[in-house]
Amino acid sequence: MMLEIIKPNTNINFIGKLKYTVILSTVIILGGLFSIISKGGLNYGVDFSGGTLIQARFSQSTTASEIKKGLEPLNAEGLVVQNFGGGNNSEFLIRASGLPENLEQFSDQTLKLLQEAYPNGSIEIRRSETVGPKISASLRKKGFWAVALSILGMLIYVTWRFEFRFGVGAIVALTHDVLITLAAISLKGIPIDLSIIAAFLTVVGYSVNDTIVVSDRIRENLRKLGTRDETGVINKSINETLGRTILTSGVTLLSVLALYLFGGGVIQDFAFALLVGFIAGVYSTIYIASPIVLLFKKKKK
Amino acid sequence: MKSFGGRAIVIAAVFLGITVFFVPIFVKNLPSWWKNVLPSEGLRLGLDLQGGVHLVLEVDVQKAVEIQRDRAIENIKEKFQAEKVEMISIHLIDEKSFGIQLAQEDQTAQVEEIIQKEFPNLTLPITDSIDIDTVIVSFNEPYVTLVKDSAIHQAIDTIRNRIDQFGVAEPIVQRQGTDQIVIQLPGMKDPRRAIELVGRTAQLEFKIVDTSPFKSASQMYSELDQWIEEAGLTSLSSPEEISSALQGKIPEGSEILFSSEVDPRTQRRSVSKPYLVKAIPALTGDLIEDAAVRIGGQYNTPYVSIDFSKEGATIFEKVTGENVEKQMAIVLDGTVYSAPVIREKIGGGKAVIEGRFTTDEARDLAIVLRSGALPAPVTILERRTVGPSLGQDSIQQGVRATLIGAASVVLFMGIYYQVCGLIADAALLLNLFLILGLLSAFGATLTLPGIAGIALTLGMAVDANVLINERIREELRLGKTPRAAIDAGYDRVFWTIMDSNLTTLLAGVILFQFGTGPIKGFAVTLSIGIVTTLFTSLFVTRLIFDGLSQKWSTVRI
Repeated sequence: MMLEIIKPNTNINFIGKLKYTVILSTVIILGGLFSIISKGGLNYGVDFSGGTLIQARFSQSTTASEIKKGLEPLNAEGLVVQNFGGGNNSEFLIRASGLPENLEQFSDQTLKLLQEAYPNGSIEIRRSETVGPKISASLRKKGFWAVALSILGMLIYVTWRFEFRFGVGAIVALTHDVLITLAAISLKGIPIDLSIIAAFLTVVGYSVNDTIVVSDRIRENLRKLGTRDETGVINKSINETLGRTILTSGVTLLSVLALYLFGGGVIQDFAFALLVGFIAGVYSTIYIASPIVLLFKKKKK
Repeated sequence: MKSFGGRAIVIAAVFLGITVFFVPIFVKNLPSWWKNVLPSEGLRLGLDLQGGVHLVLEVDVQKAVEIQRDRAIENIKEKFQAEKVEMISIHLIDEKSFGIQLAQEDQTAQVEEIIQKEFPNLTLPITDSIDIDTVIVSFNEPYVTLVKDSAIHQAIDTIRNRIDQFGVAEPIVQRQGTDQIVIQLPGMKDPRRAIELVGRTAQLEFKIVDTSPFKSASQMYSELDQWIEEAGLTSLSSPEEISSALQGKIPEGSEILFSSEVDPRTQRRSVSKPYLVKAIPALTGDLIEDAAVRIGGQYNTPYVSIDFSKEGATIFEKVTGENVEKQMAIVLDGTVYSAPVIREKIGGGKAVIEGRFTTDEARDLAIVLRSGALPAPVTILERRTVGPSLGQDSIQQGVRATLIGAASVVLFMGIYYQVCGLIADAALLLNLFLILGLLSAFGATLTLPGIAGIALTLGMAVDANVLINERIREELRLGKTPRAAIDAGYDRVFWTIMDSNLTTLLAGVILFQFGTGPIKGFAVTLSIGIVTTLFTSLFVTRLIFDGLSQKWSTVRI
């Protein structure tokens, strides 16, 4: 027996639902924007804000607020203590955004204070990162340009291989995906660091795959069936590739889900961003990129 | 279309070639003939997987130019004396230029001629200065660039030398941008020690203590302390601040430096006792030939013994002879380490630096003194440390996640597409094999995001096979024979697969340009994965299909 997720000759009217999907996406993106503003701007990690991050493991379980209390004498600016990697409350991330006078002393003093606060247990500093303002400013700039450049690169590539309107559809969809991911990250309170930028770029690179596959089919069908009923052709193309779209994204999501669940704390935020971005990518290919192709043609006439 | 046999040979050759690079990953003790002819590097693990310290330093190149400027001023002074040119003062303008005020304004033409003739690195910029008696002098731009450049190169050489002597396996010391240096020290556990080793300027100076304004040496400390306190300053104030606040009280040509003591409670160094010393050093560290750790003295503590070069030994003998019964301050990077009293003229070119060191401190100090001083001070812009236990965990979790991800993908494909799924699965495993082999071949560094990149690639690689299989199904539905359906399927989706993978590759390349360290590792595995995916999905599975379809009359996909 042959397994089929989507039966041949399925015909769902995707284009007709454009109104609702635009509203849905706008609501999510605005929600993210609201969350970003209410949290006082983008939540940068040490890579982009500068500062110090310490990952400490305690031999006993404890709480973030207890650690924060122990570190009060530091008077560190923007001190954030977070449980790391879930589990048994023994591993924590300690971040300080404001740079102490002497970077070197910050982690030493932190360790000393922690040892005083937890005299009966041992504390292991598993990771410590200190990024000065010069580096963080340059990384911020480079990170923004990397994302912008990759989206622009996709516009050029898709325009070159297809048509300009496909390119526009692709980059609106990609920007949509990045914004949705950004919204999700902000809502979940994940700081934006280098790995999140890597996730954005991967989302851009992967999400455009779907758009290309569907665009390819639209082009093929337009040649075969003519351009009289573009809405119908686009709808048909989306339906024809639907099986493939669901299958591949499903399989890719399997890998990402494995990373999210089993990859450990360092990878978790990265995998989360990919998870959201990839789902947004499939959705935007069907509901955003393709209808935009249609919008452009209509305007031209 | 090329013949079946021809393609099979090409594909087999690719895999055989890759296997060669693959061997060093698993075989640790390769025979020597292998190492001579074939790659033996294997996969390199990034700092985030094996633990270590990552530093980004900035070399204060402006300071390096300033040092050259001050040297040029000394040379000009000497030259003017010889040429009988009298000057009133020299004032500094910026790091590369200064003004010379002359006693007689009619000598400006002569001065300009001397500078043009004798100092090829200096130029006389046209200024709208109204001081007719002043000559403005500046380094020319090519020379400034040269000084900055050589400061970076010299710093890199010195740092590399220090790291080699310290003993770190496979360190990386690289220039980044114009004035930054990236340093990676795998396996280094103590970041503070790493910073002391590479970040210390290690400018060693011997300066005679100036007790002339005081009745005795012991009075020097208390009186200086009092002066500093009266001026509203502390031992943590900058030397410039103290010097300008105490102008008039301290004799011309002398300066105040502080000693560093070890706090017995915290075991950390802190700044404490003030010394008044002659500003011009009697001897500097560039005349050292060797430095070594010794243990001894009253408390059997470690100290550093130094051997001067022949020239250094001569100067040392002369200076000690001239300053018997005075104190000689041993100053490292502006901090007094000890100030022993010179009992008699010291010949033989040996000296010791004491300062209640730990054994590690003494060892590191000896290393930096042997390797020489940095040409200019450095500041630390970025520092990342990963402990070895976290690296181990990361490897374990990364590999586990990749295996679970790959297994679920393989299982899913096998169930959904059956025989064709198994073909896709075979391609997937070959893909993994190729990625690891190519990583090894390029000597690439595997990082945790890099492992994630492999997991991701395996998920994404399936896309190509799904596209092909779905298309073959469609063609079969149209009533084509398996043979024709396979041909049509591959031909139709070839460019779709190329397009969708090339765009991801584009993102990977941009990421490679942008990223640092671990992120670069992700970009590398992602990009390599795309290339291997194209190869396995378009060529390898096609070959398998072609081979099988010759035996099939009907096919179920």
